[in-house]
Amino acid sequence: MILLDRVTKTYNRRGPALERVSLHVEPKEFVIIVGQSGAGKSTLFKLLTREEKPTSGKIIVGGMDYEHLSDKDIPLLRRKIGVVFQDFKLLNNKTVFENVAFALEIAGLSNAEIKHTVPKVLDIVGLKGKENNYPLELSGGERQRVAIARAIVRQPKILIADEPTGNLDPKHAWDVIKVLEKINRFGTTVLLTTHNQDIVNTLKRRVVTIQDGKIISDRAVGQYRSS
Amino acid sequence: MTSRRFITFERVIKNGIVSFGRNIWLAIAAIAMMAITLTILLFGVVANATFSHTIDEITDRIDVSVFLKDTVSEERREELISDLKKVENVESVEYISKEEALKRYRAQNVDNPELLAAISEVDNPLSQELLIQPQDPNNMQPIKEFLDQSEIAQLQSDPTSYSGDRKEAIDKIARATRFFEQAGIVGIIIFALISALIIFNTIRMAIFNRRDELVIMRLLGASTWYIRGPFVVETILYGIVAAAFSLLVCAALFAVASSTLQASSLGLLDIKYSGEYFKNNLLLILSLQLLAGIIIGAASSAIATRRYLKLNR
Ligand SMILES: Nc1ncnc2c1ncn2[C@@H]1O[C@H](COP(=O)(O)OP(=O)(O)OP(=O)(O)O)[C@@H](O)[C@H]1O
Ligand SMILES: [Mg+2]
Repeated sequence: MILLDRVTKTYNRRGPALERVSLHVEPKEFVIIVGQSGAGKSTLFKLLTREEKPTSGKIIVGGMDYEHLSDKDIPLLRRKIGVVFQDFKLLNNKTVFENVAFALEIAGLSNAEIKHTVPKVLDIVGLKGKENNYPLELSGGERQRVAIARAIVRQPKILIADEPTGNLDPKHAWDVIKVLEKINRFGTTVLLTTHNQDIVNTLKRRVVTIQDGKIISDRAVGQYRSS
Repeated sequence: MTSRRFITFERVIKNGIVSFGRNIWLAIAAIAMMAITLTILLFGVVANATFSHTIDEITDRIDVSVFLKDTVSEERREELISDLKKVENVESVEYISKEEALKRYRAQNVDNPELLAAISEVDNPLSQELLIQPQDPNNMQPIKEFLDQSEIAQLQSDPTSYSGDRKEAIDKIARATRFFEQAGIVGIIIFALISALIIFNTIRMAIFNRRDELVIMRLLGASTWYIRGPFVVETILYGIVAAAFSLLVCAALFAVASSTLQASSLGLLDIKYSGEYFKNNLLLILSLQLLAGIIIGAASSAIATRRYLKLNR
């Protein structure tokens, strides 16, 4: 499903954010990526969504070789990948409902389909009753859940969640993780980054550890290494 | 898939209209400039039609009068007419009898009793006349040559009258028309460019105002067309609003002009004809304005979005 072969990303002269990273993720896998702040986790995700281009190396996602992407392929690629951005990227002038509907509008779904789907997803992330609030009227955790709702509403083949539990208390954090597990059970490949030791240790999933832009460990049932 | 495409198309238009509504204050300068441009275009079209109408009118009045002696027989006259019709550049030949000439003279001078009194029916001093209409008033030589042949000159009571002074007037109008045409085209191009620049700037500002939203759209997989389309729709609306506004203002202007300027003619500019032409060709003029407005709007926003929405990442 996802293949990175010796991928290097250098933003500027300060040295690479990712260096010769190779990673293979099977369809329907659930992979947790851990690493200190600045290790390069978000950079890895930005390469997958083509927000950034790799400096060198090969990336193939869902059979698409990123080297041969045309301008028209990029939107199609992004519609296949759901992303929970670390900084949410919500539209403050749109309500919760509109923010989630936005993703479906872009994909060309009808208004009827949108009206049908969005409330269901908001229910899943526990935002029932907040449909007409604006992001700035929400708590940090609620905003995070809007971002999650928007990422999963299109039922993507791949879900990338960059710190989706960062602003949540343990109960809500686990609610989010349960949503991700559920989506994974339905066949979506999930990539998750988190600093939450408890979640990593309890999930018993594959854990990839990045440090200074390099993968230093990759275990089928990983533990959080507090170094 | 096709229905998805149609929904997207609908959304692009809807988003364009919403954006137009939101940016209306930002867009006013662009719309006003476009309205001015389209008004110039309108006046250009109407003036062009009016000038060529004036030229046609005067050209029609150019003719050659051949006055025949009373002694010329009917037979000879008919022969002359049929010969004349064979001469190059002759459009038509009309015979005016002595009686007819008198009638016309009276009609022309109905307000002038002195001139009427000078000529009585009993002693009609007017000659019978052949009135020749040329096809092309710029090519009188063949007719002149024919009439100047001695055996034909001999039939004439008075020298041939060419309304040649009118030809000079036509040349003048034609030159003026050409000048106005060129000035008009240059003016339209300049104003169209200014409009395009202002629209370009308006769209640039609209893009910067919504930068975050556009980036997010892009990250969520919006196609280039889905992002750019609404801006193009918005500027097409500028063109439509400007065309409608310009047409209304011009309609009001023509209404005022035709009621205050009762005199049908202002020198070269036949205002009455202009007004009529405007009224009769409303649809043509409106389509022309819409077309120009839409092209200017769409082109400048297409360039602005291409330049400022760096979407090809
Ligand atoms: N757009 C950018 N331009 C320049 N440098 C960048 C850019 N984005 C990230 N970096 C640098 O690349 C390195 C990796 O950043 P990245 O955001 O991938 O870290 P991270 O692992 O996601 O950290 P965190 O856990 O804090 O989110 C950092 O040193 C960061 O300063
Ligand atoms: Mg990060």
